[in-house]
Amino acid sequence: MAIYAKTGNEAMAEALRQINPDVVAAYPITPATEIAMIFAQFVADGLVDTEFVQVESEHSAMSATLGAAAAGVRAMTATSSQGLAYMYEILPIASALRLPIVMPEVNRAISGPINIHCDHSDTMAARDFGWLHIFSENAQEAYDNTIQAIKIAEDARVRLPAMVTTDGFIISHCMEGMEMFDDKAVKEYIGEYKPEYSLLDVDNPITVGAIDLQDYYFEHKYAVAEAMRAAKDVILEVGRDFGKKFGRTYGLFEDYKLDGAEIAIVALGSTAGTAKAVVDDLREKGVKAGLLKLRVFRPFPLEEIAKALGNMKAVAILDRSDSYNSAGGPVFTEVRSAMFDMEKRPKLINYIYGLGGREICLADIEGVYSELSSIAKTGKVKNIYNYIGVRGI
Amino acid sequence: MSKLMDWKELRAGDVLPGGTAEEFNTGDWRMGKKPVWHPEICIQCLQCWIHCPDSSITVDRGTSKMTGFDYKFCKGCGICAQICPTKPKSITMENEEK
Amino acid sequence: MANLKEMAKQEERLTGGHRACAGCGIPIIVRQVMHAIKDPVVVGCATGCLEVVSTIFPYTAWKVPFIHNAFENAAATVSGIESAYNAMKRKGKITKDIRFVAFGGDGGTYDIGFQSLSGAMERGHDMLYICYNNEAYMNTGVQRSGATPLGANTTTAPAGKVKQGKEQTRKDLTACMVAHNIPYVAQAAVGNWVDLTRKIEKAMSIRGPKYIGVLQPCQLGWGYPMENTVELGKVAIETCIWPLYEVENGVYKLTYKPKEKKPVVEWLKMQSRFRHLFKPGNEKILERIQANVDRDWNELLKKSEGGGAH
Repeated sequence: MAIYAKTGNEAMAEALRQINPDVVAAYPITPATEIAMIFAQFVADGLVDTEFVQVESEHSAMSATLGAAAAGVRAMTATSSQGLAYMYEILPIASALRLPIVMPEVNRAISGPINIHCDHSDTMAARDFGWLHIFSENAQEAYDNTIQAIKIAEDARVRLPAMVTTDGFIISHCMEGMEMFDDKAVKEYIGEYKPEYSLLDVDNPITVGAIDLQDYYFEHKYAVAEAMRAAKDVILEVGRDFGKKFGRTYGLFEDYKLDGAEIAIVALGSTAGTAKAVVDDLREKGVKAGLLKLRVFRPFPLEEIAKALGNMKAVAILDRSDSYNSAGGPVFTEVRSAMFDMEKRPKLINYIYGLGGREICLADIEGVYSELSSIAKTGKVKNIYNYIGVRGI
Repeated sequence: MSKLMDWKELRAGDVLPGGTAEEFNTGDWRMGKKPVWHPEICIQCLQCWIHCPDSSITVDRGTSKMTGFDYKFCKGCGICAQICPTKPKSITMENEEK
Repeated sequence: MANLKEMAKQEERLTGGHRACAGCGIPIIVRQVMHAIKDPVVVGCATGCLEVVSTIFPYTAWKVPFIHNAFENAAATVSGIESAYNAMKRKGKITKDIRFVAFGGDGGTYDIGFQSLSGAMERGHDMLYICYNNEAYMNTGVQRSGATPLGANTTTAPAGKVKQGKEQTRKDLTACMVAHNIPYVAQAAVGNWVDLTRKIEKAMSIRGPKYIGVLQPCQLGWGYPMENTVELGKVAIETCIWPLYEVENGVYKLTYKPKEKKPVVEWLKMQSRFRHLFKPGNEKILERIQANVDRDWNELLKKSEGGGAH
């Protein structure tokens, strides 16, 4: 299999090219712009059959994508940060209308202040909108996840939109070696899109998006919640099937040397890559350290995480965004919730790191494991809520 | 239609088959007056039909002739009577028993 | 030209059973538009009176495919549907000729929907955008919009002890649309069904982006007896406060010229939203309104003379 040198954005653009959606409506925003730009060149060169709509804002990007999806076609868009924020109004409409829109989302800090670098605050703020959230560690995963997301989102049991993320600049703009499958294989894998409904079926006119009074909203939203619960099994099925067909199996998270580990870190995205290097090093020194790289944040794999981490002595959850709830970041609060009902559970601490692209280095991760070791030994937690690398604390 | 659907029946999300409002009665909005047709004066100009906000002027699709009112929907706004060009009017608003 | 007997052969595409106020001008416009279009049509609609009254789950008065997305994005949503249609057509998956119409109130068009409308028109989508203009945010209780005329009483710019209603003149969105260099722009009104339906037919004969702003009397928001909706539209046209014209490829054409231009007070006195203007001390406002109408009308006459370009 040939190895290609691709950045995260290029990898996602290639996935889009092979998916060959009917409509892409996109608007530029750093660091996601390249996905649309590269794709625009594919359109100009006749490499795809896509109607490419250069909309005048991200709000219109998601609105037009939603309109196209409701017209029964595969429709996609891509964005980041403020662009996602401008789409917020439409995101929960897309999930309520059960439209399987797949969107590459390059994680960048939400303003203010304005910052173009990586953190997870943009997608974390959109966590309650009924979209699937799938995080990618590197360019390979960005490519694999985008393709799998089509199968997951379009599955009859799911029919929910999905965002597939990469870390802004760190992954989106850094070149790595990755493999790509041939166009025909991807086309066959994702298959023909069979929409649940279509506005273009003029012989069977439908009304999409009626107003709900108090008597129907709750049932419509419950249906979204149920679909999100059902998505977990579909994600696992698709991940296994992808493994059989293409050689890499995916699950809800990656278990990195958790077997026999006493201390572990939970991390999302590229930071997991850095943590893996630290884990290897610690394991060589005889420290029983492991890493849980969370891939799927929505739906949140409660039981599976509890099972994987239940026997640890101490676990640190790394959040690349703050909830400003004075009770820990979003991943921390959900992991802690997952462990609450367990008879025996590890000590849990939270580290908020990397906001606005602040670097997270090997030494920082080593520091976390060192703290975990101390907690594992003494059973005592100094601080549950911590920040890495903020000057003055 | 009067029975509320449970969540499992809402498969496609917020999507409805067209025209279900035809089952909804707005005729009970009328406040004591309803339009009455005087066919013997009517010149079949169809002004009432093209101006009715509630699609309540019935027409024969084959002959394009007005045939009366759909009192299930008619809200008694009186636009049809107001706009009727004949003298005397072919549509008058008259008291109705509730 | 549209012929009532011909139009009456077509089934109602907007049924009865919707919850518009008795005497509402919006369904009058929608029915006239829908009867003037022969092809299959897909409708997108902004949040507002039309959308709310015609689609309350599980009831919908639409017998054509219809989508409501949000308040400010009717144009963007329809541009997405039109793009999907183009994709399907190119791939040979659809052969039918389907047309695309977006409806929005003045709120969702002049104000919050302006950007999305502008983008869609600039991109050249083959769609018709119709603004039903009742000159305020009616669905939320008569708040002022960019389309509200000078002096009108609305709930966010009310007439009171020190203020006399809206202090600004309204936006000329029709002129903004002409500035987008789209093939067809027009103004129409409830009160002249011949003019409106002819414009719809004209618009439908053109491929590309089209915009029609339709003045729509609102009995609740403007304050008049409900049976006068159509009558009020006629008076508006006769006073030239909402001239009926079209601009095809930049060429202005007046489509209705009153035999005798009536003074604008004939229009104002019919509505309680202007009642305060007739109090002593407000004469200057009435003068200003008439002066603006005259100026705009004369400019329009000049532009339309001998097919003047803009």
